[in-house]
Amino acid sequence: MITTLAPARALAWIPRGLALGLLAFVIFGPLTNLGLWAVAEKWYFPHTLPLQYGFSFWERVFAPRSNAMASLATSVTIALLTVAACLAVSVPAGYALARLRLPWRGAILLAFLLPQAFPSVAVYINVARIFYTLGLNGTVAGVVLVHTVHGLVFSVWITAAAFAAVDRSLEEAARDMGAGPLRTFFGITLPLAAPGVMASSIFVFLESLDEFTGTYFVGVPDISTLPLLMFNAGMGGNFQIAAITALILLVPSVGFMLVIERFLKADVLAKVGH
Amino acid sequence: MSELHVENLTVAYGGSRVLNGVSLHVRPGEFVALLGSSGCGKTTLLRAVSGFVPVDGGRIAIAGRDVTKAPPERRDTAMVFQSYALWPHMTTAQNIGYGLKLRRWTRPRIAERVAEMLRLLKLDGLADRNVTQLSGGQRQRVALGRALAIDPDILLLDEPLSNLDARIRLELRHEIRALQQRLGITAVHVTHDREEAMVMADRIVILNAGVIAQIGTPEEIYRRPASAFVASFLGADNVVPLQATRTERTLEIAAGPDHDAVSLPLGGDGAQDGAQVEMPGSGPVAAHFRTESVRLASAGHTPPDALVLRGRITQAAYPGGRWRYGVAVGGTVFLVDDDDRRTVGDAVAIVIPPSALHCFPLRREAAGTA
Repeated sequence: MITTLAPARALAWIPRGLALGLLAFVIFGPLTNLGLWAVAEKWYFPHTLPLQYGFSFWERVFAPRSNAMASLATSVTIALLTVAACLAVSVPAGYALARLRLPWRGAILLAFLLPQAFPSVAVYINVARIFYTLGLNGTVAGVVLVHTVHGLVFSVWITAAAFAAVDRSLEEAARDMGAGPLRTFFGITLPLAAPGVMASSIFVFLESLDEFTGTYFVGVPDISTLPLLMFNAGMGGNFQIAAITALILLVPSVGFMLVIERFLKADVLAKVGH
Repeated sequence: MSELHVENLTVAYGGSRVLNGVSLHVRPGEFVALLGSSGCGKTTLLRAVSGFVPVDGGRIAIAGRDVTKAPPERRDTAMVFQSYALWPHMTTAQNIGYGLKLRRWTRPRIAERVAEMLRLLKLDGLADRNVTQLSGGQRQRVALGRALAIDPDILLLDEPLSNLDARIRLELRHEIRALQQRLGITAVHVTHDREEAMVMADRIVILNAGVIAQIGTPEEIYRRPASAFVASFLGADNVVPLQATRTERTLEIAAGPDHDAVSLPLGGDGAQDGAQVEMPGSGPVAAHFRTESVRLASAGHTPPDALVLRGRITQAAYPGGRWRYGVAVGGTVFLVDDDDRRTVGDAVAIVIPPSALHCFPLRREAAGTA
C-alpha cells in the first residue's frame, strides 16, 4: 500500500524538516556554543572545537569565596526582595482592579506598562541621577526599587487576572456563611487566586534575576549581580566564566517556566489585561 | 425556623427599577417559591434578602430583626446557589463545615455535624472527596448541606436545580421538599420552572416587572389566577375574545362568528366547576383556557353547559398520552389536547367546560396580542 503513494507525497516532509532544522539551529546553536565554552579549557581561532576540555573554570566559579557565589547571593536576595515589594503592591491593586468598579481602570492598567514603553537607558540614567541625591545609588534598596517598577507590570496584570478569574459567587457563599470581607479574602479569594499570584511572582523573580540595565546604572560598582558579573567576564574575554554564569542563570529560568506553565491556567490568561 | 418580613421593597440598578414596592410575609416553616420569567426581579428579591443587593427603599426583617442595612455575614440566612458555589480548594467536609468553623465550633462538634449532614443528604463516604470530583447532583447536595449545617433562620434557594440533568432535577426537587418539611425550616425558592414551584412550594409568589402579580397556594393560583398575565404564565395561554355579561349566577356569552350564545355557571367561592370571571357587568372579555383542560368533538356536536368553538385542525402532534392539535378558529390557532386520533383538515369543535374558563376584562392592547 505504501509503495503506491505518489512520490511527491513521499517527499513532502522535506521542506517541513528543513524548517524545523533551521529553527532548532537558531535555538540550540547559541546554547551549544554556550555549553562548549562552559567546558572548554583551551579554545582559540581558527579551531572549530575546543582544544582541551575540563572543569577547572567551574572550580573557580564555585569556589566558596569567588565573585560568582557572592553575586549569586546578591542576585537572589534582590530578586526575593523585589518579589516581596511587587506582591505588596500587586495583591491589593490586582484585587481592586478585578473587583471594584474603578474609574480609569484601563488607564491604571496601562500606567503599569509605561516603564517598559520608554527607552530603558534614558530612564535609568535619570533614575540614577535622582537616586544619587537620595543616597539610594549603589544600595540594594535602590536596585530592588528599580526592579520592582520593572516587574510591576507582570505582577499587577497577572494578579488582577487571577482575581478576576475567581467566581464571585464563591466569595458571596463565604459572606453568606458568615465570613467578613477580610476573612473571605484570606480564606477564599486569595487561596483560589494563589496559582496566578504565584506565576506572577515567578515572572518577577526571573525578570529581576536577569535584569541588567537598571542594575548597571543604579547598582555599579557597589552591587554586583550575576548578569553584571557575566557582562564583565564577557567583556574581559573570559568566555568560560561568562558561559558558566549564563548556565547558572538558565537553571531557574527553565525550571520556573515549567512551573508557570502548570500554574497559569487558560481562565487566568484569558483575563490578562481586561 | 423564623419568619421573613419584606415591606414595600424597592431596588434599582443604575437608574432602572428592578423591584417596585414588593411586600411579602413568609411564615415560620413555610416554603415559598418566587416564580417569574427572567428579569422579573425574583433573583433580585432573593439577593436583597441575603444582603448582596443594596436596597433603595422599604424594609427587610428576619425573625423580627430589621436587617435592611446589615451586610450578608450579619444575616442568618443561608443561600444555595445556581452555580453550586462550592470552594474548589476544600473537601466536601470542609465545605460543609466552613460556616461552623466561622462560628467557632470545636473540631469534634463540627465533625459530628458534618457527618450528620452527609448522612441526611446521602453523601456518605464522600467527606474527604474534593468537590471538583463530584457530579452535579452531588455538588448541589453538598451546597445544601453547607447551608443547612449552620441551621439558618431562612434557607434561600437561587434556582438550585436549573443546572442539573432532568432526572436528577426531579429527584432533588422532592428531596429538598422532604428535607425542608422534616427540618421545619423556612425556605424561599427562586425558579422560572412553573412545575417546580407548584410541586415544592406551600405558597407561590408570581412576580412580573418588579411587582407581585399574585400570591397564593399552588391550587389557588392555578384555579383562580388574579390577572390575565398570571393565567397566561400558568399555562392558560389560549385566549379567545368574547362579548359577555355577568349575572348573579351565570356568565352569558353572546354569539360570535365561531361560536353560539351560551349561558355558563359561575365558579369561585366553593363552586369548583364554574367559570372564573374577574369582571362586573358586561363587556368584552379575554377568555383564557388551558390546552389540557378542554377537548375536541366532531363538528356540529354541541354539548350543553360548555362554550363550543368551531374550527379546523391545522396541526397534529403526539407528545405522549394524548394527541395535541393546532385548531384554527377564525384567524387564531389554539392548542388543544384530545384522546382521539384525528386528521389535519378535519372540521372540529373545541369544547370548553366552564371550569376551564378564566375571563378577564379585555383591554385594547390585550386584544391586539390575543
